[in-house]
Amino acid sequence: MQAVLDIVIAASFWEAAIRIATPLMFGVLGALLCERAGVLNLGIEGIFTAGALAGWLSVYLGCSLWTGVLIAALTGALFGLLHAVLTVPLGLSQHVTGIGITLFATSLSYFVYRLSLPSVASPPTIQPFRPVHIPGLSDLPFLGTALFGQTPMTFLAFALFAIATFILYRTPLGLAIRAVGENPAAVEAQGLDVTLIRMGAVVAGSILMALGGAFLTMSAFNAFFFEMTNGRGWICVALTVFASWRPGKALLGALLFGAFDAFQLRLQHRIGGAVPGQIFLMLPYLLSIAALVTIARGADYPKALMIPYFKGQR
Amino acid sequence: MIRFEPRTSVPLALRIGVPLGAVAAALCISAIPLAAAGAPILRAFALMAQGAAGSVFACTETLTRATPLIFTGLAAAVAFRARLYNIGAEGQLYAGALAAVAVGSGGVSAPAFVLVPLILIVAALAGALLMLGPTVLRVKLGVDEVVTTLLLNFVVLLFVQMMLEGPFKDPMGGGWPQSAPIETAGSLPVLLARTRLHAGFLLALVASVVAYVLIARTAFGLAVRAVGENQAAAGFAGIEVTRVMVLVGVLSGALAGLAGASEVAGLKGYLTADMSRGFGYAGIVVAMVAALAPLAVIPSAMFIAGIFIGADTMGRTLGVSNYIADLIVALALLCVLVSGLFLRFRIRFG
Amino acid sequence: MLAKPDAPVVLSLTGIGKSFGAVVANQAIDLDLRRGEILALLGENGAGKTTLMNILFGHYVADEGSIRVAGEDGKLVPLAAGSPQAALAAGIGMVHQHFALAESLTVLENVVLGTRPLRSISLDLAGARAKLAALMRDSGLDIDPDRRVSRLGVGEKQRLEILKVLYRGARILALDEPTAVLTPQEVDGLFVVLRRLVANGLSIIFISHKLKEVIAIADRVAVLRGGRKVADRALEGTDRAMLAELMVGRQVAPTRRVQRAPGPPRLVLNAIEVSGSHGRSGLSSVALQILSGEILGIAGVSGNGQSLLAGVIGGTIVPASGEIVLDGKPLRPSPRAMVQAGIGRIPEDRQHEGVVGSLSIAENLALEGLDRDGVQRWGFLRFAAMRRHAETAIRDYDVRCPGADAPIRLLSGGNMQKVILARVFERQPRVVLANQPTRGLDIGATTDVHRRLLAARDRGVAVLLISEDLDELLALCDRVAVMVAGRLSAPMPVQAVTLERLGLMMAGQADAA
Repeated sequence: MQAVLDIVIAASFWEAAIRIATPLMFGVLGALLCERAGVLNLGIEGIFTAGALAGWLSVYLGCSLWTGVLIAALTGALFGLLHAVLTVPLGLSQHVTGIGITLFATSLSYFVYRLSLPSVASPPTIQPFRPVHIPGLSDLPFLGTALFGQTPMTFLAFALFAIATFILYRTPLGLAIRAVGENPAAVEAQGLDVTLIRMGAVVAGSILMALGGAFLTMSAFNAFFFEMTNGRGWICVALTVFASWRPGKALLGALLFGAFDAFQLRLQHRIGGAVPGQIFLMLPYLLSIAALVTIARGADYPKALMIPYFKGQR
Repeated sequence: MIRFEPRTSVPLALRIGVPLGAVAAALCISAIPLAAAGAPILRAFALMAQGAAGSVFACTETLTRATPLIFTGLAAAVAFRARLYNIGAEGQLYAGALAAVAVGSGGVSAPAFVLVPLILIVAALAGALLMLGPTVLRVKLGVDEVVTTLLLNFVVLLFVQMMLEGPFKDPMGGGWPQSAPIETAGSLPVLLARTRLHAGFLLALVASVVAYVLIARTAFGLAVRAVGENQAAAGFAGIEVTRVMVLVGVLSGALAGLAGASEVAGLKGYLTADMSRGFGYAGIVVAMVAALAPLAVIPSAMFIAGIFIGADTMGRTLGVSNYIADLIVALALLCVLVSGLFLRFRIRFG
Repeated sequence: MLAKPDAPVVLSLTGIGKSFGAVVANQAIDLDLRRGEILALLGENGAGKTTLMNILFGHYVADEGSIRVAGEDGKLVPLAAGSPQAALAAGIGMVHQHFALAESLTVLENVVLGTRPLRSISLDLAGARAKLAALMRDSGLDIDPDRRVSRLGVGEKQRLEILKVLYRGARILALDEPTAVLTPQEVDGLFVVLRRLVANGLSIIFISHKLKEVIAIADRVAVLRGGRKVADRALEGTDRAMLAELMVGRQVAPTRRVQRAPGPPRLVLNAIEVSGSHGRSGLSSVALQILSGEILGIAGVSGNGQSLLAGVIGGTIVPASGEIVLDGKPLRPSPRAMVQAGIGRIPEDRQHEGVVGSLSIAENLALEGLDRDGVQRWGFLRFAAMRRHAETAIRDYDVRCPGADAPIRLLSGGNMQKVILARVFERQPRVVLANQPTRGLDIGATTDVHRRLLAARDRGVAVLLISEDLDELLALCDRVAVMVAGRLSAPMPVQAVTLERLGLMMAGQADAA
């Protein structure tokens, strides 16, 4: 018990929790945006990988860090556009298309990585984002480390959450996105273009997913590894269900998940010898499944999720 | 202006031609990354063809690689028919393989005619059991099986690693995390001397025929198709949807489990945590290229296997990363998805 | 009623034609709408009314012809084809038969949706609320703007749809079968609102296949038949029989029911309870006896529990408590048990629950009896036997189709229904549950369904007929019960029932009747 307490009261634990939560925050917000508009985007895992590579590689090749972020976003937009075209106007199976996008984006990233760096034994590194020093705030005890010891991308994630929530609930565009995931016919009857709104939401959501990937290579680590995404995308899809498609709960879910992951890493450190490490590594996935199961029944899901809509159909 | 008119019937030529066209399109698109890698495109494709089917040995290598893909392709085809999206064939394959070495690497001593069937049965059971959970969660609670099976893939792989570093570790393995080898009595015989083609391939062919008969010619198969096309109407007509879905899930998991058994008992001899090169995911592509028809899974798997084997040869000669194979396979999936529109609609211009 | 022959034309359709593949939906249709008039567009199901309105509203593009709408200055200008935005901007509003509402949003949000530019950063809900309140006062349409749409009743949803159109400042309102889901009293209320709206200068297109309503509300009527306009005249001097003949193209013989003594109770429901969900009512202590050799009708506004009752008898819904007894034997509810016990079921939505579109006619016929000898032997399908069986059914039920192996989705609604009837009657059911069996069918197919149900009754089958078409209930049933908010009234002999009384009961005023 004392061990648990020791872990949780350390500021560094909360710093790690928020850091681990950051890619999930990007991803779950992206998935939420797509799904609120009625499109399941299982391309997320691949888009994470593509964003991670695109951002890192541009910086490695000489771009500035923020240019790298922009290029990662652009990469996400392109894969998102592909998913959007296939699933919205063409109405193909969102499940299978998403898996296809993931396979495509992942293999393309690996291929490009090998193409750019044909023979390297240990992965080359870049100078990643550093924690920003905010005069006053960063020097606060505890909070200074836990909250204000983060890199700019973490602050970007929080800001995007605020912006997305505002757009969803306070603007005509957000109303249209929510309505298009509920009943596209209602949106079309009001003279709005269902296809355009859905595609826009998928592209925007995919940009967020790619940013989540970019965080991994440009902020959390400083290099690109094969299989570094490691199921984070799928976890985000599970978290979206867990959050009942609400941004507030999604943010909470991502942070809880980050805290849990940080906790198990530290616990592993302390009692590592006694239990095989894989047990700890399995926990995030099992936790995601548990989250899905507990929330599944009675979830207030977007009624038109995964149902393609064709113009004039009713 | 482009118009889509629904087709009332699809001629057989189109049903065969369209997937072939899609695959050809995927190959054409892959010329772009090949060119980016500086490879001479025609030569690259020639080398791939040669590597996949240029000699008797090349052909047997392709068929050997096709074996697990037929199983995982069937796993996807059968499940997708009932709109049960089992994306967990990768995990189920490892579960089957782990069960196979548990029995076959000294766990049970028996003559071949007992041990081989036993290995296959426990592997199928392990895969089936793994798919049972997500299927039940789907039919009882409405939990999306795609996400659960995907997440379970990671869990199973970690579990296999844990076992290979723990109780299953081969004491004679020189410290590597690998299982003890399958006993000779438990191994699937090689079909052709001086090749690696093993009896697992014949087993895969038999599985395809059985799956075809089951889906296309039995009352159960009709129930599966009805559930997949319109679950509400199937349920209304008195088909027990839950039972059908669970049976399909179990069958799909079992087929993927057999892929694992066939790999360890027929090809590798022992289990490592990197045994599958994404065979589970490639199985989805195999099934989609085959339009979910069990018999078409065979040529489809051979083709995908050919790409993997051919790309290895081509990559070695021209210095192109063998991720090109994964890239072509992913492109094939996307192209086949789009090509499905040509089967559903007649596309008119003007 | 005022005919207004001199009022200016606000909408003019010229030579509209549209076909889907080989099916001609609209052909050379000319139509003028004048300011302040109610024009009825009359035609039976499949006559092309809905297609015409979808063209007007930009959901479809016509193959030929043009549409002109009066602008602010009253001059007719061409309307861009295929654009709902253009139709809305030109002041055309449409209320569809199936409401186009986002259920999880509030009334106000549904009204505001699409009325402000998407790049705006404010929804301006306060301004919208004030404008909506003023509209409600003027039109007499009243709903709580902050309620979730999923909590509204059918009548309220329709009022919301009309308000949405008015909120956009529409000058032309098209209503597609607006009375299908209303009680007779609600219909009267709607008509009061519509008259008030035309008095304020709105022009209305009222689409219907119900002659009585057309006569009650319209100034002028245009009749469509087989995609062509066959009449266009002022309503004065036109009688019901004349309109009926114009609409159907021949004289219509009403279905005749011969009085006949019913047998003993066949299907008995006792104290059935089903819990409600998503703001919809459940079933509370529903008790029912259906006699052998009678047709028992269930009337009610849709959403009052009829679907649940059908689900309970069809086996798709397991009640929380209560019992279902067939010929003295209690049944354990499941679709399979119901089928095997001899309950034939005609589902409410044939596309959704009735048939599996991509399977063949023969396979669809086999679906209810996959374990039967005629379908399988040792688990293997007997294709030849299935096909022979299907060919017999196609002949007996006069199913128009390419053949027994054709996918059933190619069939028209009426022919699909015939396949379902064949499936129901081939098992010689003891009970038939018919849930909205004639919805969306043309008169020929409707007559056929009625004939088969009456024949079953005469053979001693107990028939439960759930319908929103009160005329149908009064024509076919021996007894009628009314369902309101999940409760079922005691059945009344049909001779003791009038349309007005049914309407009042459907509105929940059981004692007032």
